[in-house]
Amino acid sequence: MTADHNADDFKAVALSLQHARKYFGAVHALEDATITLRKGEAHALVGENGAGKSTLVKILAGVHVPDSGVLEIRGQQIRLNSTREAIAAGVAVIYQEPTLFPDLSIAENVFMERQPTRRFGRIDYPTMERSVEEILAQLGIKLDPRRLCLGLSIAEQQIVEIAKALSLKAEIVIMDEPTAALSSAEVDRLLAVIESLKRSNVAIMFISHRLEEVYRICKRVTVMRDGRYVLSDATSNVSQDQLVRAMVGRDLEIRSATSDAPTGAEMLKVEHLTEEGVFSDVSFSVRAGEVVALAGLVGAGRTEVATAIFGIRRYDFGAVTVGGKRLRRGAPLEAMRSGIGLVPEDRRQQGLVMEMSIARNVGLGSMKKLSHFGLLNSGRENSLAQEWGARLQLKYGRIGDSVETLSGGNQQKVVLAKWLARSPKVLIVDEPTRGIDVGTKAEVHRLILELARQGVAVLVISSELPEVLALADRIVVMREGRLVREFARKDATEELIVEAATVSGGVAA
Amino acid sequence: MALDVVDQSATAGSDAVGNPSPIRRLLRPLLRWEGGLALVLVISVVGGSLLSPEFLTASNIFNLQLSIGEIAIMALPLTLIIISGEIDLSVASTLGLSSSVLGYLWLHHWSMGLIIIVVLALGALLGLFNGLLVTRLGLPSLAVTIGTLTLYSGIALIVLGSTIVSNFPLSYTNIGVNSVPGVDLSYSMLIFFILAILAAVLAHYTSFGRSIYAIGSSPEAAAYAGIRVKRVKTILFVLSGVVCALAGILFTFRLSTAEYNNGSGLELNAVSISLLAGVSIFGGRGTIVGVVLSVATLGVIQNALLLTSFPQQAMGVVIGGLLLVSVFVPNISLLRNYLRSRRLRSNAALVDDAGSNG
Repeated sequence: MTADHNADDFKAVALSLQHARKYFGAVHALEDATITLRKGEAHALVGENGAGKSTLVKILAGVHVPDSGVLEIRGQQIRLNSTREAIAAGVAVIYQEPTLFPDLSIAENVFMERQPTRRFGRIDYPTMERSVEEILAQLGIKLDPRRLCLGLSIAEQQIVEIAKALSLKAEIVIMDEPTAALSSAEVDRLLAVIESLKRSNVAIMFISHRLEEVYRICKRVTVMRDGRYVLSDATSNVSQDQLVRAMVGRDLEIRSATSDAPTGAEMLKVEHLTEEGVFSDVSFSVRAGEVVALAGLVGAGRTEVATAIFGIRRYDFGAVTVGGKRLRRGAPLEAMRSGIGLVPEDRRQQGLVMEMSIARNVGLGSMKKLSHFGLLNSGRENSLAQEWGARLQLKYGRIGDSVETLSGGNQQKVVLAKWLARSPKVLIVDEPTRGIDVGTKAEVHRLILELARQGVAVLVISSELPEVLALADRIVVMREGRLVREFARKDATEELIVEAATVSGGVAA
Repeated sequence: MALDVVDQSATAGSDAVGNPSPIRRLLRPLLRWEGGLALVLVISVVGGSLLSPEFLTASNIFNLQLSIGEIAIMALPLTLIIISGEIDLSVASTLGLSSSVLGYLWLHHWSMGLIIIVVLALGALLGLFNGLLVTRLGLPSLAVTIGTLTLYSGIALIVLGSTIVSNFPLSYTNIGVNSVPGVDLSYSMLIFFILAILAAVLAHYTSFGRSIYAIGSSPEAAAYAGIRVKRVKTILFVLSGVVCALAGILFTFRLSTAEYNNGSGLELNAVSISLLAGVSIFGGRGTIVGVVLSVATLGVIQNALLLTSFPQQAMGVVIGGLLLVSVFVPNISLLRNYLRSRRLRSNAALVDDAGSNG
């Protein structure tokens, strides 16, 4: 349903991408991406995290070349091999967090690498500044082109990027979640800028999780899910409900293993946890044998809460209690000793020492246990790693191989083994299956449920709703640093979670 | 915890991936940095003895030990610091300040036993100062220790001024120039070997040592594993301070002289030893065995060049060239990986071509 023959299709097509596919090894980032952008129109691209939006953006930005599919710009079939070629083709991408040179002026940033020059290669500042001034005026923005970019707000930095796009005569502007980090006044201003871009006949692709914005400025919307486009229509034809359902879409998976409502003792208790400007007044608890999911959008503050509980981050107020014992702030070792384990979000940076061997990575969390009179027993370290490797069905060459040699899923198993070897009472897993293959994913799910059955209190952070629904006994939803809803599993649906995570003014818990 | 979530039918483990051939396994230790270094050492010794009949005499080897002893001692904790991803360029200034304070207190008629205790404590304090600046204020150790390099030698100048203290009793200065009874070993070399064994045990067989490597490879992952990164680094700087103070005491006894600029410039020699030892300047890699071999190699080469009619002005060229090679060689494998990944990428691009033009 590409809605190609609607009555208001008179506007010229600026860009069309048909059936683009992109695999990264075993990871199918994009199966079938299809989108058509028209001049003078804003087109929304929505979808859950991991739906393939970013890959699509990178294809249009010339970062990735699709494995297959047809890209046409102004009716010409084209292949973008580099960001340079994308810019030459008139495509500009505005990222959520622009990367300007802070020590250069706005005008210098706009004209980076192509400054107008006078004789002897001297930069023609007056011309440069006048031209930037004109563009900013056209956008209805008051900013001094001579001002340094240092200290500009994110909203202002985005404006500078847009000015750059216009000065490059970009006819297609792609905005990847531009409003995610903006205050509401800044959002209003950005949307006004988008309106003026439309009047200049620019085609805009607008990615946002905030559906209100989509309805405010976009004429059309495309929904993606699991790397495929599932719906493309005029926004006037689709209700917000329909949109949410299309984003979530698939048949709800039945929980892989049903467990009775857990009645264990309260193992982890978080009270009024607050870090100014990051998360505030977060309170919840996890019982022994219970799986609680922390749901919400990327950037809602879930990882920050998890790392604050574990002690990597410091918080300003509040308390974390494990098994009745209150934890000191910012002391991961103490948190570990009281029984917390954390499988962090970024496996390669935080979960593993990539240069070290499998055995050493597994042993890293249990060094005290593996030491005898202060000396590390590497034989015991190896057998510990082999034992857990066998239990988790780790596929490896030798236990002394560096973890770099393993696949993503097997690396994640090493991280899990490191924590399971400590017999944790509370296990926090942050995006436990991100970027790992389907088979290993199911294994990790089974493992988490098995741990809960054995009485471990598990806190799962996941952006994948099917995963949340498959694992959690209870689901707490965060939005913009606050807990907004709590669901028992039987009451939760993907639609309700998405609504709580995205729609402002949702019911407070 | 008994966890058997996965069925055991598929055996994981050692037979999953093909093992390298036995020959390669035998050769592997030689291919390691330390193997290569040992080879260079042997060649240098053979070369030295061919070039000069004096080279293999006991007195020459003893002189060689004296000339490199203190530097070698300082290189041990420095190596641990570099493995942890930091650096300490104030080692020679710590040596110099320790020497000056020793001389100053001796002038003021303190007993030598007390002086040694005070100087070692001072070393700990100087190291602690470095460590706190690096870990608590989060400043880069390169900048911090360049600062304290100047600061500590400045303090040494204030303490001792232009005074040269050299009225130390023979019972102490003999430690500096005589050999350990019964062996042709200088006291500084004996202390180096003892400290090297301690450092090797610490680095390779304790959880503290494992933490140093983890921090050097990935400070973030280390912190997520409960390793107290700041504490480990602070301890390393304190250790460095104490050991450098000890080196300062030995240095003073060897020259029978306490002077404000004792040891100035030796920090670069110590760093050279660590680099030649195969310690990665980016942290996470290096062994104490490597340091011992590197001390021997540098000592032998310098000494052999002294004995021959090799122009002394060109000594720097040889040592510098050796260092550049030692920085370059470990990166050959990185270079190879880089080339391989580029080849893979261009192959992938060919596949891309085939795919998207269809």
